[in-house]
Amino acid sequence: MARFLDKLRKQGPKVARPNKKVLSVAQTEANWTKCASCAAVLRKKTLEDALGVCPECAHHHKITAWQRLEMLSDPDTFEEWDRNLLSQDPLGFGQEYLEKLAKDRTKTKLTDAVLTGRCTLDGRPMAIGIMEFRFRGGSMGSVVGERINRLLERAIEKRLPAVVVTSSGGARMQEGMLSLMQMARTSAAVRRINEAGLPYITILTDPTTAGVAASFASLGDVVLAEPKAIIGFSGARVIEQTIRQKLPPGFQTSEFYLEKGFIDRVVPRPEMRQTLSTILSLLCGGHLKNAKDKG
Amino acid sequence: MSTILEVEKPLLELEHKIRELREVDLTGQVDLSAEIRQLERKAKLLKASIYGNLSGWDRVQIARHAQRPTTIDYLENIFTDFTELHGDRLLGDDPAIVAGLARVENRACVVFGHQKGKETKENLARNFGMPNPEGFRKACRLMRMAERFGLPIVSFIDTPGAYPGIVAEERGQFEAIASSILLMTGIKVPIVTVVIGEGGSGGALGIAVGDRVLMLENSVYSVISPEGCATILWRDVTKAKQAANSLGLTSEKLKELGLVDHILPEPLGGAHRDTAETFQTVKKAITTNLNDLSRQSPTELIENRYQKYRVMGRFREASPNELES
Repeated sequence: MARFLDKLRKQGPKVARPNKKVLSVAQTEANWTKCASCAAVLRKKTLEDALGVCPECAHHHKITAWQRLEMLSDPDTFEEWDRNLLSQDPLGFGQEYLEKLAKDRTKTKLTDAVLTGRCTLDGRPMAIGIMEFRFRGGSMGSVVGERINRLLERAIEKRLPAVVVTSSGGARMQEGMLSLMQMARTSAAVRRINEAGLPYITILTDPTTAGVAASFASLGDVVLAEPKAIIGFSGARVIEQTIRQKLPPGFQTSEFYLEKGFIDRVVPRPEMRQTLSTILSLLCGGHLKNAKDKG
Repeated sequence: MSTILEVEKPLLELEHKIRELREVDLTGQVDLSAEIRQLERKAKLLKASIYGNLSGWDRVQIARHAQRPTTIDYLENIFTDFTELHGDRLLGDDPAIVAGLARVENRACVVFGHQKGKETKENLARNFGMPNPEGFRKACRLMRMAERFGLPIVSFIDTPGAYPGIVAEERGQFEAIASSILLMTGIKVPIVTVVIGEGGSGGALGIAVGDRVLMLENSVYSVISPEGCATILWRDVTKAKQAANSLGLTSEKLKELGLVDHILPEPLGGAHRDTAETFQTVKKAITTNLNDLSRQSPTELIENRYQKYRVMGRFREASPNELES
């Protein structure tokens, strides 16, 4: 945290009020943004440099899978896997769905809702999967399931620890039961990596709910979460409709589940890299010497 | 809930008319036998066309039918010595999942399944078959016991879904389901799963990771309820019918997708129309599959189960050129 604060100090004041007389509307929109939580006006660049964490209120904005990869890996060490696996429309939901997929591919520079591959973190090789909420709400269909499976299988083959960062509303409805079954096959792969004696760490980010929460996300040897991420099985709206009352504040957040015993640690984003690196080094203690990267 | 399906109404009206004509005919004042025969032929054709062309939505209605046999009906009618066991040894006992020991054709096994009620009072007591985390954890406890004693497992699926409640979430519904699925992928005894009614999403899958997944013809199994799907995709719950027909939740569609192994035929009109026949069908399917699975070693079972679920998915592998464009 200290390093993060130093960095912030060096960069000077974060919160600046744009002078509307000087800036044109276009420039304002291009360079400035508002914190989604406290509405502080922030330079886009500032927010990006702070890994999407508001310097005013510490709200964790969503960041892209690519930004997260940068945050959790050593530069230029990432090798993407299975980019060529593409979703189909197995139930015939139609052109609209296919168009949405194409649009999200362009928007996210990803080919589905999870980015997988290998990289190093502080020199240690690892298999990594990062979900992208902007791709169909991070929904899990056959491609997400297949990539998670291949990720864990390759981690076993190459004797690498595996890390998965989740962000998902749940199953991909347009794939119907095929998407539900991804819960079973990803969990089966988690069992295999457990049996192989390799660490499997999950990092839950906002939101991690339904089918993803109820499968590989919650099955980590260590389950970390970002502050105030929404986590749970049923969505808040569904619960409210069922019980016909408002939910208490802070319900289904990381902090809530930390208290209830379902999460190991809530880790602020600027500390995530160091925390992950430390946990991996501790869990890999027994594997360090022979964990020669075979891939 | 009405026990008559919308699509059945013309048939029931016709059958009623035939009965009326028969009564008149029996008085002997007029000979209506020709008309009766004609109507009977019509009824037969109608029956075949109605039950041969049930839509996804019709199936949802049959699967949710108030008179449809529930898990306990199967336990009492096709098993002997059913001995219910309670509690997850952690917090409580969930009445939405009934569990215990039983015997089928002389084979002792561990059994569990979602339990719905047949009328309001029972449904309230059973939470409409919607499990809390304690239900999944009770199933997990019994699965570990099954493994210790080398007993096969039979699970019955009939739930609208896991219970979406405050306390359920607080006690880790997501973790309970995930852990149960994870456990099932590695249990070293045979698991036969029978979808008998409604297979509602994660709440169903939580106890449905079988070596063999059997599905009664008119039962449904879905990633989300048709109502939920309609609300999310089209923000309109009245489009549930359309959702049911799009979600591919019927036994035929799931067999085609390779997600269920066998479809168990039901009596015309649904399992509740002839329960004796239904029990017989289910019993035979369970014993056949258990016999078959008992020939596999624990290592083979686990490997085959992994491979079975490993291939469940539909996607395509693009060429590098295609990705660049």
